[in-house]
Amino acid sequence: MAYNQYILICGGTACESSKADEIFDRIIEELNDAGVREDVQVVKTGCFGFCEKGPIVKVLPDEAFYVEVKPEDAAELVAEHIVKGRKVDRLLYQEDESKEHAKIDEISFYQKQFRIVLRNCGFINPENIEEYIARDGYAALEKVLTELGPEGVINELRTSGLRGRGGAGFPTWKKWDFTRAVESDQKYVVCNADEGDPGAYMDRSILEGDPHSVLEAMAIAGYTAGADHGFIYIRAEYPLAIKRLQKAINDATELGLLGDNILGTEFSFSVEIRLGAGAFVCGEETALLASLEGERGMPRPRPPFPAVKGLWGKPTVINNVETWANIPVIINRGGEWFAKIGNGESKGTKVFALTGKIKNSGLVEVPMGTPLRDIIYNIGGGIPNGRAFKAVQTGGPSGGVITADYIDTPIDFKHLQELGSIMGSGGMIVMDEDDCMVDIAKFYLEFTVEESCGKCAPCRVGGRKLYNILDKISKGQGKPEHLDQIAEIGHAMKRASLCGLGQTAPNPALSMITYFRDEIEAHINEQHCPAGVCKDLIQYSILPDKCIGCTLCARRCPVNCISGERKEVHVIDQSQCIKCGECFEACKFGAVICR
Amino acid sequence: MAKMTLEDLRKLRETKRQDMDMRSPDNKDVDIIVSMGTSGIAAGAKDTLKAFVEELEKRGLTNVAVRQVGGMGLDHAEPTVEVRMDDMPQVIYGSVTPEVARTIVRRHIVGKKLVNKHIYDRPSADIVADTKRGE
Repeated sequence: MAYNQYILICGGTACESSKADEIFDRIIEELNDAGVREDVQVVKTGCFGFCEKGPIVKVLPDEAFYVEVKPEDAAELVAEHIVKGRKVDRLLYQEDESKEHAKIDEISFYQKQFRIVLRNCGFINPENIEEYIARDGYAALEKVLTELGPEGVINELRTSGLRGRGGAGFPTWKKWDFTRAVESDQKYVVCNADEGDPGAYMDRSILEGDPHSVLEAMAIAGYTAGADHGFIYIRAEYPLAIKRLQKAINDATELGLLGDNILGTEFSFSVEIRLGAGAFVCGEETALLASLEGERGMPRPRPPFPAVKGLWGKPTVINNVETWANIPVIINRGGEWFAKIGNGESKGTKVFALTGKIKNSGLVEVPMGTPLRDIIYNIGGGIPNGRAFKAVQTGGPSGGVITADYIDTPIDFKHLQELGSIMGSGGMIVMDEDDCMVDIAKFYLEFTVEESCGKCAPCRVGGRKLYNILDKISKGQGKPEHLDQIAEIGHAMKRASLCGLGQTAPNPALSMITYFRDEIEAHINEQHCPAGVCKDLIQYSILPDKCIGCTLCARRCPVNCISGERKEVHVIDQSQCIKCGECFEACKFGAVICR
Repeated sequence: MAKMTLEDLRKLRETKRQDMDMRSPDNKDVDIIVSMGTSGIAAGAKDTLKAFVEELEKRGLTNVAVRQVGGMGLDHAEPTVEVRMDDMPQVIYGSVTPEVARTIVRRHIVGKKLVNKHIYDRPSADIVADTKRGE
């Protein structure tokens, strides 16, 4: 089978929800109609990462990068590009007006990226095990079984300096070595795919785009630590990832890459999927293990650590999806190669989910230590609508902010911690001047209060107290002593909570009082929200000398609280106003002001 | 499929790797550009294209990208094909039947020798360059 051309269609969840499936079917149909079906290979791949512009269709070898493709574009794509060899200019990605249509490797979004974890995402068909094998798939497992042996694996991992990508950044080799050292009749390997951080979706994309990389790594851990059974704990909200994982497990088992006597050796290893109900706390490893056992998802005190006493009391290696995806590459290319990438104690790359007020939202993988500025401006394309950059929230509800003053900070475990934030799972939410920090901190606290399992008092009570204080501040009822109370409760939670959820829950509030004290003080002392977000602190009014009486605002007001005749000055009835801002948006004369 | 041994896995990887390398845009240092305008297609450019792709696959040449473009304007010599690679002059070949296509792969790309009988110059580019020099 020789193909002239290849059409790669993104099959990640983001693109599928914008009809990538239908595009796939329509393209096949059109190719059939044009009589060129046999000359073109159509592949549904995992996520390309450039989700802002999805659905994405790539045509190779011409390296045409089509964005925001619709099903009805299929006919033109096939008729023009495939049959006649003429690119469809209107669908090609254009970085800005002045530049020409970019080839894939010339797009700034991809230029600064370095893909280890996402190496196969957007290139191979995740439902075809042969394509994974062709890209050195299961070569690492082969190497481990025939050459390296358990000690060799531990050595490579130690040299590589790989640290867990789930949040805490614990050295991976140590975890594995602890479990290996324990004598036990039964050991387990667990993949933590309970991705709960709002805004982060790298784990989902890896599982959707390259499920075999995780399975291969789990088998390697099984061999190294002496476990013969693995579980993948994944949330039920990820149906596509689950489907592809199950297919991957079935295919690998059929080929003898999982199951009994793998590749004709003594080693046996099987993997099962377990669905979680989507509780944030189940991303914490001991709570996850409890949930796997069928108990309520609540954390247990550590030590004993899962590496020694985990699932059903047996030694358990538990790692996050992104950590797993690094393993085969480290084994294939060697720990030394991996250790050359990155910064200081943080080796390798990290995948970030870039969202919020950013032009190119999507998944980006960069070497550890890449300055925040590069991620925001070169890859992310900067802040849309000409607004000013205010801060980035890293680590989701468990992290803190990095402000404009620290935009040149290298992003790695050490530097993030110094700024009072954490790496977390790699969510990066960009905020501009229209975002209010009190509102953001309140949003995260609301989330962690909701998700707290309630087992320990510092998290259960402290989180609620913190939330109440923030709520008061946002309503103009804040008192100067609230600032100290936030600090006091926050530090108590950090020290006394049982698990990572409670220990990190106060981070957004603490980071807010460190970096945006002025803004909170404005809320407390002047009852003023500088960003104009907190509804109880703002008031819309109409400037009489600017209002020409066009009636536009009155017509747009959803609660009919603006009165006034045509060509006469309008007035807002403050008692009825719901502060939705419709009038502010509607006015073309700048007569509506927000204070 | 039955359970694989180490041998089987290696064999499968090698056979499939070539398919994936053909797809990958990386490491392509030779371009074969087939002119696929109406007159090219009428003269059989589709068969020529197929012949190239098949011959490359047969020889396992994954560093060659076969691209399609519109007509180059050499309608009298269709199907026309341009070959670009390091250490060789940039050449346009005319009247490239599937047989000639296989010869081009064998002589030009593998053997680094021109297929003299089928060479056409780049007329328009030369004329433009000459006028500039004359001024």
